[in-house]
Amino acid sequence: MNNALPKLWSLPGGIHPPENKSQSLSGPIRVAALPPQLIVPVTQPDYATPQLCVQVGDRVHKGQALVRAAQSSGLLAHAPAAGVVSAIAGYPVPNASGLPELCVVIDTDPTDTRWAKLKALDYPGAGIDTLIERIADAGISGLGGAGFPTQLKLHSALQQVDTLVLNAAECEPFITADTALLCERAAEVVTGCMILLQITVAARCLIGIEDNKPQAIAALQQHCSDARLQVVVIPARYPSGAENQLIHILTGKEIPSGTLAVHSGILCHNVGTAYAIARAVVHGEQLLSRITTVSGAALREPANYEVLTGTPVAALLQHSGVDHTQLSRLLCGGPLMGIELPHAQLPVTKTTNCVVATTEAELPSPPPAQACIRCGLCVDVCPVQLLPQQLYWFARSKEYTKAQAHNLQDCIECGACAYVCPSHIPLVQYYRNAKAGIREQSDKHQRADYAKQRFEVHQQRVALVQAQNDQRRAERAAAVKAQPAAAAGTSAQDAITAALARVQAKKAAQSIDAGKQDDSK
Amino acid sequence: MTAHSLLSSLLPLLTPIVMLLALALLFGGLLGFAATRFRVEGNPLVDRVNALLPQTQCGQCGHPGCKPYAAAIAAGGAINKCPPGGKATIAALADLLGVAAEPLDATHGVESSRKVAYIREAECIGCTKCIQACPVDAILGSARHMHTVIVSECTGCDLCVAPCPVDCIDMIPAQTALQRWHWPLPEPAALIASDRRQGVHA
Amino acid sequence: MTDMLLLLVGAILVNNFVLTQFLGLCPFMGTSGKLETAVGMAAATTFVLTLSSACTYLLYHYLLQPFELVFLRTISYILVIAVVVNFTEMVMHKTAPVLYRVLGIFLPLITTNCAVLGVALINDNRANTFAESVFYGFGAAAGFSLVLILFSAMRERIAAADVPEPFQGPAIALITAGVMSLAFMGFAALA
Repeated sequence: MNNALPKLWSLPGGIHPPENKSQSLSGPIRVAALPPQLIVPVTQPDYATPQLCVQVGDRVHKGQALVRAAQSSGLLAHAPAAGVVSAIAGYPVPNASGLPELCVVIDTDPTDTRWAKLKALDYPGAGIDTLIERIADAGISGLGGAGFPTQLKLHSALQQVDTLVLNAAECEPFITADTALLCERAAEVVTGCMILLQITVAARCLIGIEDNKPQAIAALQQHCSDARLQVVVIPARYPSGAENQLIHILTGKEIPSGTLAVHSGILCHNVGTAYAIARAVVHGEQLLSRITTVSGAALREPANYEVLTGTPVAALLQHSGVDHTQLSRLLCGGPLMGIELPHAQLPVTKTTNCVVATTEAELPSPPPAQACIRCGLCVDVCPVQLLPQQLYWFARSKEYTKAQAHNLQDCIECGACAYVCPSHIPLVQYYRNAKAGIREQSDKHQRADYAKQRFEVHQQRVALVQAQNDQRRAERAAAVKAQPAAAAGTSAQDAITAALARVQAKKAAQSIDAGKQDDSK
Repeated sequence: MTAHSLLSSLLPLLTPIVMLLALALLFGGLLGFAATRFRVEGNPLVDRVNALLPQTQCGQCGHPGCKPYAAAIAAGGAINKCPPGGKATIAALADLLGVAAEPLDATHGVESSRKVAYIREAECIGCTKCIQACPVDAILGSARHMHTVIVSECTGCDLCVAPCPVDCIDMIPAQTALQRWHWPLPEPAALIASDRRQGVHA
Repeated sequence: MTDMLLLLVGAILVNNFVLTQFLGLCPFMGTSGKLETAVGMAAATTFVLTLSSACTYLLYHYLLQPFELVFLRTISYILVIAVVVNFTEMVMHKTAPVLYRVLGIFLPLITTNCAVLGVALINDNRANTFAESVFYGFGAAAGFSLVLILFSAMRERIAAADVPEPFQGPAIALITAGVMSLAFMGFAALA
């Protein structure tokens, strides 16, 4: 491992909210018991229609694929446990809209523990295409929170990347899933790094980790033996775990607005994704579970759980001893970027890194928003160095051109501005609404331009057809006129006489044939 | 009074009249020249207005297409007649022309989510009337052959529904609820107590 | 040279036509809703003011004074200004038709902009030379433009802000103009 002291760049802005991480790190990762029912979401990127390969009533075994890969841009989902498919319908899942998404509900069979794994690969000898195909077949998506299909991210990174960044920062309060993973399973995370290095042929791998995780840092350093790997300890600050921000801290590179990190030669993955990749390649395991932090003051025993996808949140809360009288809010994700869950019967998905069961005392409900006093505290903390105050005014009055000119599209929605706002204005919601408005507007413009083109082509085609018809008509009229007028009368008579003659000849021929047939009988 | 004295008494009156006349003639000539030199052909404003319209060519505004409506707007017509464009288009037109944005004129239609046409194939008789009606050639098919709508090309203009003799075309929403959803704008803060009562956005 | 500079500074800042002398308030309030409109109006007014200062000087010194027709000053000045404005309108209609449509009625109303006639008359009162007249006209226009653009930028921000209902619209605009005027009083020390 490279022991040279790494150069660090500092993150502009950022905040230091209370960490609340020690509560869930008091014990090892617990394996959550198999729930009686698993609600597995099969949502595809951009809400495309999934192509199911199971029906209601089918018996599925652990690791069986539930959806077929839709070209190469789909995300596979597998049955996390053996059982019977009892329903395939829309179910509420942890999402911002609260709208149901298509889920496959499996009534689990605890007696059937066979796992239909994929073939184990000897990865140093495997080709890049094989490895990427394996990652796709295992249904691996970004476990850091975005949930983007990993095989797509890797496809776009081939032959473009010189630095691999592994995100072990985990800067948001309460969340300790990656920390726990590193404390206990750092070896396989490092294996995942090696596989990623092999796929991307990158020159080096920087593992960024915050300094508030001493045990995890030690575990990582212990297992990093390759010279290309370097564990870089960064100061704890929110949001240093955001992709572009972490890249800036580790490499000093600023990813240009509107581009991805891969275009600047850097590929970033979460340590959980690296772990999943290692399990998929070395052991042939599909992505069926993840580490989820279950924390909050309403729980008797906050801990990290290894949870099967589709496990209801209520089961986890029960394992951790939730006190419903104290429970004020249930969050999926952290207190800054998470969403509030309406109830606990929602399933854990591939991107659920944390569930916070909080009390009114620990995380008080946000007070009603007041008027903006133009104090500028939001500007001080923005990690992307935007002007949140101006963006707020533009988003509120729907002045989208000005919002875009102030780089609204670069906002990472980290919530640092809303955290410091003395008027408790839900700033991030305004930005999300404005971004959606801008997207809708540009969508509409594109479609209008395209429709105009099509209309013009349609008009040309109709005009062309009309012109052709007119020409044909004109030619026919000219041809009729060209024939001599006198011959017209006699030729008509001749035609009629000739036709009559033909009919009579036909009749005569038929009677001769009939006569011949009678003779032959 | 002699002619000379008449003239000399009238001179103070004549001089300004003559001078003003001369000035008027001079400036009139100048302006006339400028008018020919800077003559404006056509109306470039029409193209700018047309670029803001949704190009569905549906005719709900009362004009036979988006370009004729754009011409009407450029000549000073109302900007609130386009239902497919909706509030956003009215706001953009108001912004471009410096006029007040009015709510959509309900006599021309109501704003609704984007729709696409869907032909119930079991009932289609292959008459090609809808194909002829479609302004963007989004319907695939020919005489006595099945007709079907190419969803990616359909603008939801509704012009195919009326000509169909067996009424087998439905207009269905183009996007699912999940695809349409976005974060709503939060409630604005109540600035003063009376705002809260009247629900005024200050 | 220093005199010209002093003349300019005086016209732009010290005796700003809009905020200190309170001339030309009508187009100031009417076209300051958006920055693009304000810039267009500023450009048009600058052109008209400079050209009409020159033309009115020539008219006064070579036609009105020699023929003792000074009493025709007002009407002939208006005639000149109207012609210049008409000419500007035609040029703008050709080169920037959207701006022409957006400025609407305010473009011909430059004729009645008291700042334009005011500059012409002040030039006579001060007995400026030709060069001084043109510079003064340009300075007046520059001051008008400066304040118009600043004010329109502020009005755009105010349009999106939390203004209490009784103050929305022209009310808050006039209050802002008043506060700007107070601020510009500080330049009196330069005189």
